[in-house]
Amino acid sequence: MNIVKYGAIVLLTLVILAGIGIPLSPAPQSWLEFPVIPGLEEKARNIFFHVPTAWTTVLAFIVSMYFGFRYLKTRNLEYDLKSVTSAGLGLLFCILATVTGAVWAKFNWGSFWNWDPRQTSIFILLLIYGAYFALRSAIEVSEKRASLSAVYAIVAGLTVPFFIFIMPRMMSGLHPGAQGDASGSGPLFESGMMAGNMRILFYTSLLGFNLLYVWLMDLRLRVARIDTEIMDQRSED
Amino acid sequence: MNLLARTSAVFVKDLLSEIRTRYALNALLMFVITAVAVILFALRGDTPGTIVLAGMFWVVVFFTGMSGLSRIFVSEEERGTALTLQLVAPPGVVYFGKLAFNVLLTLVLVAGVTVVYLVAFPGFIIQTPSIFFVTLLLGSLGLASAATIIAAIVAKAGSRGTLYPVLSFPVVVVLLMTVMNATIKSLDGEPFSTAVVDFVVLISYVMVMTAGSFLLFEFVWKD
Amino acid sequence: MVLTAENISKTFNRRTVFREIGFTVVAGQSIAVTGRNGAGKSTLLKILAGLLTPTSGSVRYAVSGSVHGPEDIRAHLGFVSPYLQLYDEFSALENLRLLSRMRSATVASDERCREMLTRFGLWDRCNDQVRTYSSGMKQRLKYVVALLHDPEVLMLDEPGANLDADGIAAVAQIYESSQRRILIVATNDRSEAERCELKIHLGTGVS
Repeated sequence: MNIVKYGAIVLLTLVILAGIGIPLSPAPQSWLEFPVIPGLEEKARNIFFHVPTAWTTVLAFIVSMYFGFRYLKTRNLEYDLKSVTSAGLGLLFCILATVTGAVWAKFNWGSFWNWDPRQTSIFILLLIYGAYFALRSAIEVSEKRASLSAVYAIVAGLTVPFFIFIMPRMMSGLHPGAQGDASGSGPLFESGMMAGNMRILFYTSLLGFNLLYVWLMDLRLRVARIDTEIMDQRSED
Repeated sequence: MNLLARTSAVFVKDLLSEIRTRYALNALLMFVITAVAVILFALRGDTPGTIVLAGMFWVVVFFTGMSGLSRIFVSEEERGTALTLQLVAPPGVVYFGKLAFNVLLTLVLVAGVTVVYLVAFPGFIIQTPSIFFVTLLLGSLGLASAATIIAAIVAKAGSRGTLYPVLSFPVVVVLLMTVMNATIKSLDGEPFSTAVVDFVVLISYVMVMTAGSFLLFEFVWKD
Repeated sequence: MVLTAENISKTFNRRTVFREIGFTVVAGQSIAVTGRNGAGKSTLLKILAGLLTPTSGSVRYAVSGSVHGPEDIRAHLGFVSPYLQLYDEFSALENLRLLSRMRSATVASDERCREMLTRFGLWDRCNDQVRTYSSGMKQRLKYVVALLHDPEVLMLDEPGANLDADGIAAVAQIYESSQRRILIVATNDRSEAERCELKIHLGTGVS
């Protein structure tokens, strides 16, 4: 876990420094210069922060679904703990992704919110997280809470492929890859279009955010376990 | 087949109960009329375009559904008959029997909303009926399949009033967007072929939702 | 029919209701589950009937060579409990017909319904909606529903609840005519518990 912790800190610091610090130039000579993307210019730096948070929130949700499924199979409440912890982090990253996305939208396309399919998708994911926690807070028995929220996470998860992959193709939108975008390629990033050094920094950021997620999961799980131990001690006295 | 007979027994039980008490139907009817009345007042004689009409149509359908589609499970929990049902019928039988009832209820609901819209909004002209009716059918199947599993969850969670729409909306939003798309096309008079892509999405949604709900239902239903 | 319960435990919210419950009963035997209120008698019966998942342990029914979980023997199980209500917008006859069709795909015959309803003194009210019944009548109807299909396993949770003298007499008959059944009774009434061969006291184990 120390590797994860230090890895996250080092990589993300690097990404922040490099992402903001490396200057743009129209004809990059050295490795320490980013190409200018017409229309984006300085705003392109957002890609190092926005896309990885969006990626991480989806990952967190999938992990939450997975542990929910494991709970249903084994009825071991430890899995439920992992499921809700991942969901909590997923909610955090989702808020970050929505906010960074709205900021980018404002600077690129003029307004904070346009109901572009991908913006809508991240908003729906935010609603799913909200509904998940609303459901959990309505149930007091831990076993029931665990199974119902696991089922809800999976049911909601079944709709995620629809709005992440299918909808943006069907509707025109502002993100790359939507209908009407001639250069449109993969769902997450225009890998073909990024320069080599930007791509490396991007992947570094992705890795850094993932490590951050793993580290935070570990911290929160350890706190939760200590909490339950304290509660058990108290009830025994 | 043995299971088919037992499933239809569950369906018939809910149908007879509904006919006798008219609980859900009354709630739905009142909601549709109230919702459309509010919209009419808000428009004040303005004639909305097809995009707004299509959107409002499914908004009314969604919220009306939210006031009536959870009854099949909530009433069992409230009256203490849920365990009786669980004792005599396996989860799959209960799920499909109640899904069938909710599909029927949703079909009645969308038919009702259609009639009310045709009467209340002169601009609501269905130029391509084939798209419209296929959309109604697939949309009802999709809404019912999502609404049923969420109803089961909400019933077991103590069914506090606002929980049902809060849980249902994110799951159903993809469906709503697709049916709204298709409905716009039907109101605009687009040819059937333009809506096929929407129908493919709807059919996949129905299949995924129904299969997933069926597999997961037991974990909700059995304590 | 042999019922084997092995190492059953149930925990709610980190609180253990009971643990390490195990026993075996065969057809013709009866077992009484006793304990103060809240000890988990109803919980145990629900687990044995397949209505509740145990935290650990297994419940197995062996019938003619094959072994099943409680979910597979629905057609052979009858259960009377304060937690199992009937549909009060329907009449007694309608309840019997609907529930029997859900349970075994065939509607119980009219003669069978008449026989059972008469035995429990409900025949003259068979077409009235259950919502008009007194609590004693509802309890008697629960017995009819539980015995309609002549089950091999019969579970009674608080058998005497809401019953008058006639009802109690009808129930006493059940004990007499249950030689081919496995009978499981949850009760606080000592005389009822005494009628059973085996006893489990929740809180202190099997005796």
